[in-house]
Amino acid sequence: MPDISPNPDVQDQASPARFAGPVVKADALSVRYGKNQALKDITAVFPAGAVGLLGPNGAGKSTLLKSLLGFLVPERGSMKVLDLDVATSALEIRERIGYMPESDAHIPGMNAVSFVAYCGQLSGLPAVDAMQRAHEVLYYVGLGEARYRNIETYSTGMKQRIKLAQAIVHDPDLLFLDEPTNGMDPKGRDEMLELIHDLAHQKNVNLILSSHLLPDVEYTCDHVVVMDKGTVATYGPIDALKGQGGRVYEMRVKGDQQQFIEVLKAAGYDVHDTDEDVMRVFVPGTSDDGTKALFALAARERVQVRHLRPSVPTLEDVFARAVGEK
Amino acid sequence: MPIHDQGYRRYLGTRAAIGKSWQVMTRAGVMTVVTKRIFIGMMIFGWGGYLIRAVQIYVSQVFTQASFLAPKGETFREFLDQQGLVVFFITIYVGAGLIANDRRANAMQLYLSKPMTNYEYIAGKLAILFIFLVGVTFLPAMALLLTQAAFAGSFEFIRNNLYLLPAITLFSLAEVLLAATTMLALSSLSKSSRFVAVMYAGLFFFTTALFNALRGITGSSRFAWLSPSASLQQLGDIIFRLEPRYQVSSAVAAVAVLVMITGSIWILTRRVRGVEIVT
Repeated sequence: MPDISPNPDVQDQASPARFAGPVVKADALSVRYGKNQALKDITAVFPAGAVGLLGPNGAGKSTLLKSLLGFLVPERGSMKVLDLDVATSALEIRERIGYMPESDAHIPGMNAVSFVAYCGQLSGLPAVDAMQRAHEVLYYVGLGEARYRNIETYSTGMKQRIKLAQAIVHDPDLLFLDEPTNGMDPKGRDEMLELIHDLAHQKNVNLILSSHLLPDVEYTCDHVVVMDKGTVATYGPIDALKGQGGRVYEMRVKGDQQQFIEVLKAAGYDVHDTDEDVMRVFVPGTSDDGTKALFALAARERVQVRHLRPSVPTLEDVFARAVGEK
Repeated sequence: MPIHDQGYRRYLGTRAAIGKSWQVMTRAGVMTVVTKRIFIGMMIFGWGGYLIRAVQIYVSQVFTQASFLAPKGETFREFLDQQGLVVFFITIYVGAGLIANDRRANAMQLYLSKPMTNYEYIAGKLAILFIFLVGVTFLPAMALLLTQAAFAGSFEFIRNNLYLLPAITLFSLAEVLLAATTMLALSSLSKSSRFVAVMYAGLFFFTTALFNALRGITGSSRFAWLSPSASLQQLGDIIFRLEPRYQVSSAVAAVAVLVMITGSIWILTRRVRGVEIVT
């Protein structure tokens, strides 16, 4: 199991300590919607800090978040959030978390500042404090000038920001962000990611970011949990997963490429064919011996290597490897 | 320094105990409604009945020729019957959008992601409607009782009709609970407050029409239990010690009202969820 301990670099000593242990623990969790098995026997530990919940649409990310909120009763297994059992302490958990849902959500007929203050009060803040913090967080998310406008007149990007504001108004120990950049234009998306990065790394807010967008997770998070078809495909610190003790090479050969792929696989290499005539070869180890071995194999098979370039490992590689894609 | 560095800081103040969020919701709901002019107009109309009855009591006390206008026990029953129309309109105006609007705006998942159970959510919404309906039934009826004592200069009437205190309370409670739970249940079934209003009016008129049709065909009013409003009227007659108006037993009328209330609460507990499950 990879090292998933919290990153000490992101702890701000000046601010009061937040929850530092694993923020979420799921043990053999299974959730079913009617006949559809949404989550299958999930066991995972989410460390403090920023954790990305990555996976394609329908992988079970939102279902996992909704289960952690206590909205869905699992078929089997148990969950702990902030060391509290979801089955028995759902309200205590909800008092300490902030949830930004995926879909548009607001309280009808309210302007932004009333809405955010109202959400603060619902989370237990006194009315005066809630109003004060509503103004603060609306400035923080970039809606300061529009805070007296009715939310129903907001653009999609503004609605995303107001959802973030209502999730952080009560200063939660843990944030659940479900697809926070959905429907945003590139500039708005960058600003939202900047906010999330700032929350996680400057304000020390623990967060779980659910997204199908690899760059979003890579930019904002230190750890990742990759989900696919209702299961956890892999998890750990992003840097460690990207490293994996080896390098990925892009390789193009002249000759029978498919046969050469089989030879490489037989030699123990992890090879993925791509849509173009380039293959991606994972070479264990960090020395140049791996590339020498590739050339040797090519010479033996009488295949000409036309292109061999080390590829910068990305979260996409981690994701592809985890879910077994090409 | 980016602007956001100035805008977020830790909150170290106090927090309310868990289980009080529904009060916040009720307070906000009440404040939203009372600022609307249409609602203020409805409340004035709702208390108009009280004013007319108060004048009636005053005249009966001051002018001996008008002593026939003096209130009796059934005066309060009639008063609450008349208030039924006000209850109907306020229920529609205040209640139709209470949950439907939240469903339209996906607000339910926001509410339920706060420290609030679905029962507290229902209680909070129910309390909004309850407060306003009590304000046009129980409160004016009790005010009328006190007005009588004030104009008469004694509590003799109240002493002689002590049953009126529990009767007004019980009937108002039954009327308010029936209207509020039914409306909230319907509101939880749709995302359109207008459709909910039509459904509520439809339920009210359709069941009454069905009962009256069966009454016309059979010549008997033993099907009064089919109409919630007729069942409530029957129950009211029994509570106020009057001759029951329909040929249906008090137990059946009470069960009909109870089934309506518990059925509505059952629908609410099924519909109020943080996640909508479509299988």
